[in-house]
Amino acid sequence: MDSRRKLVIVIAALLVVLLITPHSGSYILVLVTHALIFAILAMSVDILLGYTGLPSLGQAAYLGMGAYLTAILAARFQFGLDGTFWLVVVLGILIGAATAALFGLFAVHAAGVYFLMITLALGMCVWGLAYRWNSVTGGDNGIVLPPRPAFGIELADDVTYFYLVFGFFVVSLVMMAILVRSPFGRSLVGIRENELRMRILGYNTWLHKYIAFIIAGGFGGLAGVLWAHAHGLVSTEDVVLATSVDALLMVVLGGPGTLVGGAIGAGIVVFLREYLSTFVPWWQYVLGGVYVLTILYLPGGLMSIPERIRSRRAQRAVIPAKAGI
Amino acid sequence: MSRPAGRSSTWGRIAGILALATFMGSPPAIGAQELRIGFVAPITGPFSQVGKDMVNGFQLYLDEVGGNFAGAKVTFLVEDEEAKPPVAVRKVEKLIRQDKVHMFIGGLLASTGYAIAPVSTRLKTVYVASIPASDDLTQRDAAKYPLMVRTGWTSSQPSHPFGEWACQQGYKRIVAIGADFAFGHEVVGGFQKAFEDCGGRIIQKIWPPLGTIDFGPYIPTIKKDADAIFTLMAGPMSLQFPKQLASAGIRLPVLGGGTSYDEFVLPSMGDEVIGHISALQYSAALDNPKNVAFVKKYREKYGKVPSYYSEANYSTAQMIHEVMKKTKGKWPGQEQFVKLLSSVELETPRGPVRLDEMRNPVHNIYIRIVRKKREHGYDKDELWNSVIKTYPNVGQFWKYKKEEFLKQPVYSRDYPPCKYCE
Repeated sequence: MDSRRKLVIVIAALLVVLLITPHSGSYILVLVTHALIFAILAMSVDILLGYTGLPSLGQAAYLGMGAYLTAILAARFQFGLDGTFWLVVVLGILIGAATAALFGLFAVHAAGVYFLMITLALGMCVWGLAYRWNSVTGGDNGIVLPPRPAFGIELADDVTYFYLVFGFFVVSLVMMAILVRSPFGRSLVGIRENELRMRILGYNTWLHKYIAFIIAGGFGGLAGVLWAHAHGLVSTEDVVLATSVDALLMVVLGGPGTLVGGAIGAGIVVFLREYLSTFVPWWQYVLGGVYVLTILYLPGGLMSIPERIRSRRAQRAVIPAKAGI
Repeated sequence: MSRPAGRSSTWGRIAGILALATFMGSPPAIGAQELRIGFVAPITGPFSQVGKDMVNGFQLYLDEVGGNFAGAKVTFLVEDEEAKPPVAVRKVEKLIRQDKVHMFIGGLLASTGYAIAPVSTRLKTVYVASIPASDDLTQRDAAKYPLMVRTGWTSSQPSHPFGEWACQQGYKRIVAIGADFAFGHEVVGGFQKAFEDCGGRIIQKIWPPLGTIDFGPYIPTIKKDADAIFTLMAGPMSLQFPKQLASAGIRLPVLGGGTSYDEFVLPSMGDEVIGHISALQYSAALDNPKNVAFVKKYREKYGKVPSYYSEANYSTAQMIHEVMKKTKGKWPGQEQFVKLLSSVELETPRGPVRLDEMRNPVHNIYIRIVRKKREHGYDKDELWNSVIKTYPNVGQFWKYKKEEFLKQPVYSRDYPPCKYCE
């Protein structure tokens, strides 16, 4: 599929989401908003997993930093509830990036399973901090946020908030898409494919990975700010390991190294989790089954389906031709 | 390369998804004489036994009246909140937005109460807190949640008289060990306040995290020269702690918050808990006629003795029915419903219940000791919470003046400060 056709499909899909969602019931609206926020988080994981080859199991930490920052500023200092909301967005991105810059010093040296373990441990540090530092984070109670900001635009209205999140999602998608197509993004893919070779070619691979790690952290922080206001509650459940695992699995499900795949994965996981669980108590098995089947039969994720269909068709086209000879 | 067949199937898929989305989004119609009740409880995970007791309690009452509250047909929608506050928030949003419920009930943990009460304010829907005992919901933050009524209890409510009782028994120095979350802090805090106001001393506080199964790191640190241990456990912790305490050879008298020995776990406990004393507004061993009938029916239907979780929700259903009787089955509107529910006075299995002006129950607090005996005519020796003392009509502030009480901060890990810790 050429890239222009891909672009048209992505834009069409985005338009459909944009046009349909506001008219599809207030619960669907909330779910789509949640899915878009997790899509930003999943795409940030994809930068690491899909493009750089670093499986991060600690992405919830950056979401948590952004979310807790937003919640603490809003609930304790009434800050970010008017035009200063935009400042909080910037601060959220910065705190996510700064945390990643700190964690990256420990994590980026490692690769493969070791990278997985270190990011997991660092993520748990943030969880521990949120759980034990009662006076600041509210511990197990979490922090309940005041109503959403209003600055001429009433974000308390769910439709308006959806448009805002949608806007941030599109901007994030475009920025990340540009990033991965830039020479820097190509160098990340090079590192994923053969780090030694890249090093011999003269690239400072550590620095490249470190910068990718920080960028992913920044997008994680952004997702956190949006999540805090979407949900109205920030608690330790947001920074548990399960959130990081979810983000990673969204990417695996959708297709690593595609960006859009992470977004699709986020949509599927959020809807399965929230909808299925209202019908059956064993919804977790279904979700688990979907993951297992994807990894076994679609290692490239859902995004690899068109490619597989095409190659199958091509094969079929070749066989009769051969028979004809 | 264009393939007409492939493209049309893509469009077909998109149309299908759109149709599905609009279908899922369409709200169900509300009948004039229908009462839609949403209920959140942990159906899966470590707290599922408690969740079952909650749902069964409510369901038992519904079945008794044939799902009919004074002419209003009750639609009872249960959602699984997994004992996680954020999940509870999402489920409540679903119940309100998708199912258009008139009210939502339940939630288990105190932290869940703090999380979902603001949703009732934000989405303008009545919340009946039948279980979450978070103190501040009906104390310092009560004004923030005008559409919330509590039919359960506040965490520190049984602890106040219990603290004084312990002091009167002659205990001077007590070690407190409690689950590290809002509910634990509040139960232990209330006990500490009343106990120390009467002259006792809490000499040590230990906070294992909620969900601790292995108390190995905590039990050895308990000071052996204390007069007694005060324990507050929740969920699966309740079962493990007394076992491990006994096997560690600690023979100190054990006092506890009500959930440490509640009937959700009591039948699975061993003889090591005999003699342990706790305080709560309910015991399955109460011998008032309402409770005897309730225990019999519950046990017959669900095969186990009801816990306070069952009783609280059974009584909540009863109280809602009372309101609907007054309105002849019509939904009176949110504010009016809250008003009517707050003025209900009722005989329930736990005894007489009325609500105070901050919409929290005033009811009896029972000091109960675990004994192995026969109750209610059952022909087997079983563990029961036998009542040894009744404090009648205890409110959430007990003997303290409301204004003064509300000036102090909410009980937390650090309040009251541990003045006598060694």
